[in-house]
Amino acid sequence: MATAPDLQSLKVDYKRNPMLPWPFQIRRVKHETEDTFTVELQPQGDLEEFAFLPGQFNMIYVFGVGEIPISISGDPANSRTLVHTTRAVGSVTKAMDKMRRGDILGIRGPYGTPWPIEKAAGKDVVFVAGGIGLAPLRPALYEVVAHRERYGKVVLLYGTRTPTDVLFRQELEHWRARFDLEIYVTVDRAMSGWRGNVGVVTNLISRAPFDPRNTMAFVCGPEVMMRYTSMELHKRGVDNEHIFVSMERNMKCAIGLCGHCQFGSVFVCKDGPVFRYSQIKDMLVKWEI
Amino acid sequence: MEDLKKILMEHPFFKGLDEEYSSLIVGCASNIRADAGKMILREGEEANHFYLIRSGKVTLQLMTPNKGHVIIETLNEGDILGWSWLVPPYMWHFDAKASELTRMIALDGKCLRNKCENDHHLGYELLKRFADIMTKRLESTRLQLLDIYGDRS
Repeated sequence: MATAPDLQSLKVDYKRNPMLPWPFQIRRVKHETEDTFTVELQPQGDLEEFAFLPGQFNMIYVFGVGEIPISISGDPANSRTLVHTTRAVGSVTKAMDKMRRGDILGIRGPYGTPWPIEKAAGKDVVFVAGGIGLAPLRPALYEVVAHRERYGKVVLLYGTRTPTDVLFRQELEHWRARFDLEIYVTVDRAMSGWRGNVGVVTNLISRAPFDPRNTMAFVCGPEVMMRYTSMELHKRGVDNEHIFVSMERNMKCAIGLCGHCQFGSVFVCKDGPVFRYSQIKDMLVKWEI
Repeated sequence: MEDLKKILMEHPFFKGLDEEYSSLIVGCASNIRADAGKMILREGEEANHFYLIRSGKVTLQLMTPNKGHVIIETLNEGDILGWSWLVPPYMWHFDAKASELTRMIALDGKCLRNKCENDHHLGYELLKRFADIMTKRLESTRLQLLDIYGDRS
């Protein structure tokens, strides 16, 4: 599994063919929780940098196993290291979980629409993440934190299953210690030793410190969570036009050709994964789509 | 007393309630505090109060034989604690513990129950307000039951 391809023998121009994966070497594997891990990758061959926008995803190919879409979870300012965070749930991610430093993965990308962070300048920014949904939001958080002066209040509301499922714990602690970031974490269930909040993430919205009339919200997590979160944000007074969600569908080609990720009249891979909530709101409640 | 009346009537739970009821509500109210770790109510005990949390944090929890206390929900500033005083047999169904110093306004549910029996308009107004809280808690509980965070990969 995952044998390194002979780069010399591959006489193809990767940059010109969107269906060909580029080899990346694993530099580090970090286990975030029991079933979630982060891989840090470095491009091989003559590709030295890999630029992307927060919210975009890559197709990751574990040679001999398969290819899947995974959002980029690293810092967009660091184009020399590509970072992905995922749960080991399917055959590809389980194979990835077994890979170690030095192993090679194939990468196609970056694909998809980014979080429109530039539109949030001068506004309060609210990130609402559910579970592994924090990973696709993290690049946007890096970006906002790096240019903190451009924004009003910056709030992260993060919900997950249990205290042991909290992702990026050290980073959250670091951000929480800052006076210019509001970080709230809640879990669905906990034992009596947990001193944090228990309850669904939507419960945090009504009391979070932001001005709903001047807020841009970025939401990522399971679809049900995003639906209820968006409704709650709207109830609080945030315009549906100012709420953005990151959708997930069965993406295969990632360039809008195969149609696997069709969602109503759009393709999630090409027209998304980040959508304005008002654009897809009605489709979210249609189970035929 | 005026301060208490102001606090109560400005709270979202009582907002919009007829002025004539404000004195009655204030008459049933008292300021209380619970230090961190103090049990505010216990499962199985008689439920004769409900609480408006002014500051602090309260955990709703349930004792389980194998796991010990499981926290069901955390209530924070502005939240309402307790509705079992309204529904027979008027017994608490969960434990509630202050997880930090918590200041609350306690409302005498027994007294309010009697007032509601005699004045159905007041009873309906209070029930509507509690129905709203119950709906939100039920919605949250349903989301918790879905265990949605296990699905996204």
